[in-house]
Amino acid sequence: MADIRLEDVGHSYDGGRTWAVRPMTWTWRSGRAYALLGPSGCGKTTLLNIMSGLITPTTGRVWFGEREVTSVPTAGRNIAQVFQFPVLYEEMSVYDNLAFPLRNRRYPKDEVDRRVRAVSRMLGLDAHLGRRSRRLDPGRQQIVSLGRGLVRSDVAAVLLDEPLTVVDPAIRWTLRSTLKEIHRDTGHTLVYVTHDQTEALTFADEVVVLKDGAIVQAGEPAELFLSPAHEFVGHFIGSPGMNTLPGEVADGLVRVGGQVVGRADEPLPAGPVRVGVRPEFARLGDGPGSPGLPAEVTAVDRMGAYDLVHVRAGGHPLVARAEAGSPYEPGAAEFVRFTGGRVFLFRDEVRCGQVVPLNGRAG
Amino acid sequence: MTVTEPVEDPAVTAAEEPDRRPEAKPKDNRAWLLVLPVVVCVTFTALIPLMTVVNYSVQDIFSPSDRIFVGLEWFRSVTRDPEVRGAFLRTLMFSAQVLLIEIPLGVAIAVAMPRRGWTVSAALVVVALPLLIPWNVVGTIWQIFARGDIGLGGWAINQVPGVDFNYTLDSTDAWITVLVMDVWHWTPLVALLAYAALRSIPEPYFQAAQIDGASAWATFRRIQLPRLRGVLTIAILLRFMDSFMIYTEPFVVTGGGPGNATSFLSVLLSKIAVGQFDLGPAGAFSLLYFLIVQIVSYVFFTVLTRSGR
Repeated sequence: MADIRLEDVGHSYDGGRTWAVRPMTWTWRSGRAYALLGPSGCGKTTLLNIMSGLITPTTGRVWFGEREVTSVPTAGRNIAQVFQFPVLYEEMSVYDNLAFPLRNRRYPKDEVDRRVRAVSRMLGLDAHLGRRSRRLDPGRQQIVSLGRGLVRSDVAAVLLDEPLTVVDPAIRWTLRSTLKEIHRDTGHTLVYVTHDQTEALTFADEVVVLKDGAIVQAGEPAELFLSPAHEFVGHFIGSPGMNTLPGEVADGLVRVGGQVVGRADEPLPAGPVRVGVRPEFARLGDGPGSPGLPAEVTAVDRMGAYDLVHVRAGGHPLVARAEAGSPYEPGAAEFVRFTGGRVFLFRDEVRCGQVVPLNGRAG
Repeated sequence: MTVTEPVEDPAVTAAEEPDRRPEAKPKDNRAWLLVLPVVVCVTFTALIPLMTVVNYSVQDIFSPSDRIFVGLEWFRSVTRDPEVRGAFLRTLMFSAQVLLIEIPLGVAIAVAMPRRGWTVSAALVVVALPLLIPWNVVGTIWQIFARGDIGLGGWAINQVPGVDFNYTLDSTDAWITVLVMDVWHWTPLVALLAYAALRSIPEPYFQAAQIDGASAWATFRRIQLPRLRGVLTIAILLRFMDSFMIYTEPFVVTGGGPGNATSFLSVLLSKIAVGQFDLGPAGAFSLLYFLIVQIVSYVFFTVLTRSGR
């Protein structure tokens, strides 16, 4: 097992006019579980296919440890890949499906049998080995296609391309835990492509957020939530996503709709900014203070476990999270306090600073 | 290799094979009226003509006013007729050869055809071209093409030392000419059907095969061939029925000769029915012919669809 290193790797499907994956340098560290998160069409699948060798990148080099594999065909890379829908050899039994990659590589018969049985035990397929694979339910079919990747001895990484899309929501959770167990037991590097943040956050050691073919932020789930480095990360992670209010900076003061919110923590050139704050850090009912804005309640969504209070602050809509059974009613005048030192400033979508109270420190 | 028998998990089986029987709905017998147009149509296009033939087959007709009921006499005489038996075996042999050549060849062409780019259209046009030519024109083309003196094909074969190719005199040459003509004319149908099925296989199947290290043959055997089952069933049925009833082309090229080397069932039938105007034997012959096509097609269909389960 080795790190998978992408060195200045980029891919274009139209000869360089547009990039599906912009040239990037990135290392997938051995044995970690990664979630590759991003909207449809952001280059997730392309990036995956570059690693597995189904696509040769337009530029750059791919390394598996000390071995350069840029032009090594897929079969020589020992990558396991699971696709969006179960890809099975439908006429074959589950056993034969699992044995197929080994038989193709001319493993001895008893070795094939030993490995197939080990994998089937790990994946809970023992009872289904003799069945035709297409007679299984989609969830099990997806497990069989995963198993085909795991039977080989020297898997460099397991790549999963939105593997739970076709699976019934009820058993998604089970499958995800199976995946986590496999990761724990085998120690394979896992790269899990998804556009579902819950999946990504519960699954991964590290979440990599991709947008327009470029990595905008990578880090542990909490880091992405608490400290988004890019507006997109703020929107994409969290439910509901981060509020962003158009504002401006002048003389170190941050204003939204003419109202002073607070102070920028570092000197910024005067001009427009966007102020980002998560609903979790927008609090109502604490009275006026800094940083914060006067607001008028427009609607309240009672979500059961908590309430989402929609307000207009500085002339712009904003969502604040409050405890269940909160007393706010539409039309009430309130004040939104931004707490926890989690108000960020973005320029050109990239984070450029933080909003701190007018007097005193962040917090 | 021993594979453990699957232990049926009752919960799983129940989940996978849900009972899809819909709720019993109230019956309304007026629905039969909806079938009426089809019944009328089929009566005039199939049932009445067929009954006419049945009518002929049990009578000896001298003139419209002078006829005798002969029972199954014509059926007996037709099945004992050595000429009919010869034609039957010949036609069966021809169909078998047609299937054995055209099905694998068509699949091979489909696999070899490009999957993307401008060459797709080019390949499709070239492959489909023979299908656009009317049967009798195909016959005329080959009648000239295969001639040893002025036909390009026949002439080219005769350039090989020691070969004297002449389909009007040599029965093997005539047989080969008709067979090659049919392969040329109809393999494209098999190829196009197979190509359509192959195109419907999603790309990840091929990607998975690459990851699993499958050879080109294994990819064909395990991914492409299973997906061809449906269209090949149709192709085999169509090609069997068509080749078993082949008429126009051999009629134009060889006229059933030399001798009766290419005298297939249909050629013989039309000779009896139209040439000699023996309506009784022709009727019995037609019904038997019809029955054979039905039975063989049914057997093919059953075997091919069963094997997929």
